[in-house]
Amino acid sequence: MTALLIAGGRIIDPSQGIDTIGNLLIADGSIARVGRSNDALPYERYSVLHAAGMIVCPGFIDLHCHLREPGFEDKETITTGTRAAARGGFTTVCCMPNTEPPIDTRATLEFIQTKAAAEGAVRVLPIGCITKGRRGTEMVEMGELAEAGVMALSDDGNPVSDSRLMRYALEYSRLFDLVLIDHCEDLSLSEGGVMNEGWVSTRLGLKGIPAAAEENLVYRDIALAEMTGARVHIAHVSTAGSVALIRSAKERGVAVTAEVAPHHLTMTEEWVMGQGWDDKNASPLPLSCYETNAKVNPPLRTARDVEALIIGLKEGVLDAVATDHAPHTDVDKMCEFDIAAFGISGLETALGSLLALVHGGQIDLMTLVSKLTVEPAKIIRKSEIGTLKVGAPGDVTIFDPQAEWTVDPSVFASKGKNTPLAGHRLKGKVMATIFAGELVHKDESVKIEKEGLMVADG
Amino acid sequence: MRTTKQREIAATLEAGIWRRRHVLDLDDFTSEEVELVLETADAMKEVLSREIKKVPTLRGKTVVTLFCEPSTRTRVSFEQAAKNLSADVINLGASGSSVEKGESLIDTARTLQALGADAIVMRHYHAGAPYLMARHTDVSVINGGDGCHAHPTQGLLDLYTVRDHLGTVAGAKVVIIGDITHSRVARSNIWGLSKMGAEVVLSAPPTLLPVGLSIPYFPEIVVEQNLDRAVEGADVIIPLRLQRERQKGGLLPSLREYVQLYQLDAKRLAKAKPNALVLHPGPMNEGVEITREVAHGAQSVIEEQVTNGVAVRMALLYLLLGGAQ
Repeated sequence: MTALLIAGGRIIDPSQGIDTIGNLLIADGSIARVGRSNDALPYERYSVLHAAGMIVCPGFIDLHCHLREPGFEDKETITTGTRAAARGGFTTVCCMPNTEPPIDTRATLEFIQTKAAAEGAVRVLPIGCITKGRRGTEMVEMGELAEAGVMALSDDGNPVSDSRLMRYALEYSRLFDLVLIDHCEDLSLSEGGVMNEGWVSTRLGLKGIPAAAEENLVYRDIALAEMTGARVHIAHVSTAGSVALIRSAKERGVAVTAEVAPHHLTMTEEWVMGQGWDDKNASPLPLSCYETNAKVNPPLRTARDVEALIIGLKEGVLDAVATDHAPHTDVDKMCEFDIAAFGISGLETALGSLLALVHGGQIDLMTLVSKLTVEPAKIIRKSEIGTLKVGAPGDVTIFDPQAEWTVDPSVFASKGKNTPLAGHRLKGKVMATIFAGELVHKDESVKIEKEGLMVADG
Repeated sequence: MRTTKQREIAATLEAGIWRRRHVLDLDDFTSEEVELVLETADAMKEVLSREIKKVPTLRGKTVVTLFCEPSTRTRVSFEQAAKNLSADVINLGASGSSVEKGESLIDTARTLQALGADAIVMRHYHAGAPYLMARHTDVSVINGGDGCHAHPTQGLLDLYTVRDHLGTVAGAKVVIIGDITHSRVARSNIWGLSKMGAEVVLSAPPTLLPVGLSIPYFPEIVVEQNLDRAVEGADVIIPLRLQRERQKGGLLPSLREYVQLYQLDAKRLAKAKPNALVLHPGPMNEGVEITREVAHGAQSVIEEQVTNGVAVRMALLYLLLGGAQ
């Protein structure tokens, strides 16, 4: 029997409330033992990964990413996207259905499942469309998609604008206990907008997307969830107003959950001014302004929104962190801001970005890890993942919260090099990712000893 | 053949006040730089008053005008300015160039550079396009208007016109009326006028006023939504063109109501200082933002703006392309 012993790390598993220095043993693809360093090991042969100074936690789950396959393989494929996920510490990714064709039939769903099983570095759980062709007019055959294994339904990229259709979709989804993930955007308010509506959009002469465009649909979805008793999940929450709406809905017991993206927790609209912008009164625009890599939908908002999102995350109003990894080609981004594609390639910088909140004392490590593991697992009703319970799949992420590194998109596994973080220093790095007992990513500094000693006591 | 003024300008250049390669907006101009442009424009205006309005300063230089959006006066003004300085001028529009074939702006920039352009004057319907161009070429880029963002040469010629009449811009009360949200002229004027010490007052209905103007990242401005109050004691009034699409876009109930509330007419003009100047960036919608009477009245300097535009653009081309030699 072969096994991997992760030795001497700080094991954090929010699903069991564990935060301890110890050893974790993975054997035959599953978690075999979690415990103190002096526990005896039942395996004769194993490898040892020395994790002193590192955090050992359940593999991260990303509820929201774009793998772009089928249809947009120049931006990303299941192969490259899942390798990016592994480098970012994610062992499960839920991919959005805005592919071409979109995931609205069993055939497309099975194509992705088959491809992911053959080529994927990590677990891929596809999300199906809410409406056929994402056209927002007729709901998909939810029963068939549920039977074929979708985790949730979403027209992400678009909202379900027709409130009556959203109502029916929510009601019907109860048959299969599927959660509907809505991209909340009132298109009549956001039309033509390319960034947050605020002083920066005014400064740059760009059309803004007001916070109310998101909040309007967040409120509608809450009202519909309350009316139908169905489960709604709000994708990529970006405004303080949305946090307030979700908070009050949760207090009333509405079945609403929500996610927030790392960039909305750590960046503001000023990022569109480019890295050369000097934060002082009446300072001129730098040549680097109109930073298309900071163009994302929903847009980067204000410092006040960021603060509300962090508090919302800490207090459980926002259940999970999801990357909204949206890879694009250079051609999609090296152009005028108005016509550049929306989206940030986020899988490989998520952890490093998020740990700034921990280093800044805004959120504790246990809470942050829960938002990446057990909490997203609950939303998609997959209690077997996002945990280090004995018998669970051997999905483990190991990171060094103190390791500093410089973001270099040219070494990303993702085809999407589109990040405003290029050249930035991040503190906190994924050192190894283990999926179903297999090492799918390892930092070059991590050493693994083969043929460990049988007795590790003391 | 050099005048005293030209010698003074040459001395200033040697002193290193002018180091810029591009003119993208007025936000990054120092007041000294603006002053230098205006003084250089004085010298150019002298050239324009000669019988033969041509000097050999930029002989052998190539200026490309790349106008991806319709424009009459700005493009012609630049072309005239470049020709007066003996530069070769190549005019490109979106139709008839590879821009129409979907060539990216970056490729266009590199192509024009490879073809030997010394300056690219560009107008583009997307805000920020000149910054993209400037990042990807070594050629001087002059922004001839980008989307709703900036129109720095209009800002400079407005400053020149005000200074020409009032002697100085400092202390002048300048009222800008109308569609501030979609106006690149207003944005560049806010920077230019404030930098030179004018008091800027904006007057517009709330639907045509952009958000966030009151925060310290902008120069200090005053918003007075009531036009009758805004024009009281004004030295300069600039009504902006009102695009008819704004009404269709739901920002205004009707042109009729806009005229009632925001048109600059003789009655309102009378509330300003007796010899207050009326400027307009053109093209005008006479009978909408301005009455015909005011547009062509004694206080209107709208035609002078056009002439001054040529002088200011000559000054910029001279400073960017000829000054260092």
